[in-house]
Amino acid sequence: MNIIERILENINYIGAVALFLIGLRIVVLHSNLIKRIMGINIMGTGVFLFFVAIGNVSGGVVPIVGANPEGSTFVNPLPSVFILTGIVVVVSITVYSLSLVIRIYQNYNTIDQKELAELISEDNNEH
Amino acid sequence: MNDIIIKNITRIIIPFAQMYGIFIILNGHISPGGGFAGGAIIGTTLILYTLVFGREKGKKKFSHKMSEISESGGIMLFVIIGMIGMITAGAFLSNLSGGFPQGQLGEILSGGFIPILMIGIGIKVTSTMISLFNLLIDEEKL
Amino acid sequence: MKNVIANILFIVLFIILVIAIFEMPTSPSTNAPAYNDVVDYYVEEGADETNASNLIAGILADYRGFDTLGENIVLFTSVVAVGSVLRSTKYDKEVKDNE
Repeated sequence: MNIIERILENINYIGAVALFLIGLRIVVLHSNLIKRIMGINIMGTGVFLFFVAIGNVSGGVVPIVGANPEGSTFVNPLPSVFILTGIVVVVSITVYSLSLVIRIYQNYNTIDQKELAELISEDNNEH
Repeated sequence: MNDIIIKNITRIIIPFAQMYGIFIILNGHISPGGGFAGGAIIGTTLILYTLVFGREKGKKKFSHKMSEISESGGIMLFVIIGMIGMITAGAFLSNLSGGFPQGQLGEILSGGFIPILMIGIGIKVTSTMISLFNLLIDEEKL
Repeated sequence: MKNVIANILFIVLFIILVIAIFEMPTSPSTNAPAYNDVVDYYVEEGADETNASNLIAGILADYRGFDTLGENIVLFTSVVAVGSVLRSTKYDKEVKDNE
């Protein structure tokens, strides 16, 4: 009984960890480069959820002065500000890695990691 | 894409979506939202236009030259506002101590330079989204 | 076979991390360690010092304005980097002509 209560209390954090591990599994086990980029995105989402969960206050209200009834407590505004930076960084690395994948496809005609390793080792043996 | 339903719906939706994005940018300091969210909405409408009407028409709406100007203009606006604070108060990006008009708390004209910075961020995010998209789809035809 | 071992490893990792979460001070209240003096200062003085009623916008653009400038520069750098990778160069044209 106790363990179920604790899981329900910390459901945000458990969801964040689950998202992070799903992303990590995709990055480790799939050999398609596009799927790996998607995995990095899912890992990023897990980290964002973790940060936002840190800022949660039960019964708290949105941190806007004058829009709430008197005496209500604000949620923590600082993690929300940091997450904006995180979103920008994730967008940047996603687009940069997608552009690298386009270049790889133009040169080798494949986006599969294993085929790519074979092609590159063949190239090295020729020279 | 040559579907008349999609074309007409897009024509109807885009002005409202862009108006909503501008509303979110301008109300960023008194309500949820801000430069990043509003800029993402406006950038998405431009991407929708390019997807539906093709790259050539999209180029007329948002050309490479315009992307260059807005890309660096967003940051320049930010830095210039910061420099004004540096001259008047001695520290980079000093807001109310730097003499920016204070306004009434909760009104649209309040918070010193925060609305101006939000407009700069909105321009930057919009142009970044549409120029990254254009770079990626231009490459596909090579 | 390889996938089965990897899945078991990930499940074990998930259980370890959940146990670690149970040990964390995760109470969703103002006593949480993340709700420290800095946040108290922002919540109490932020509206007076920045005169923006949305505290997040006040922190983003005023207290941490330099951080936001850095974010904009990250976006600018990503556009420049993607352009430098994807724009067709003189080398590409020579390769295409030879083919």
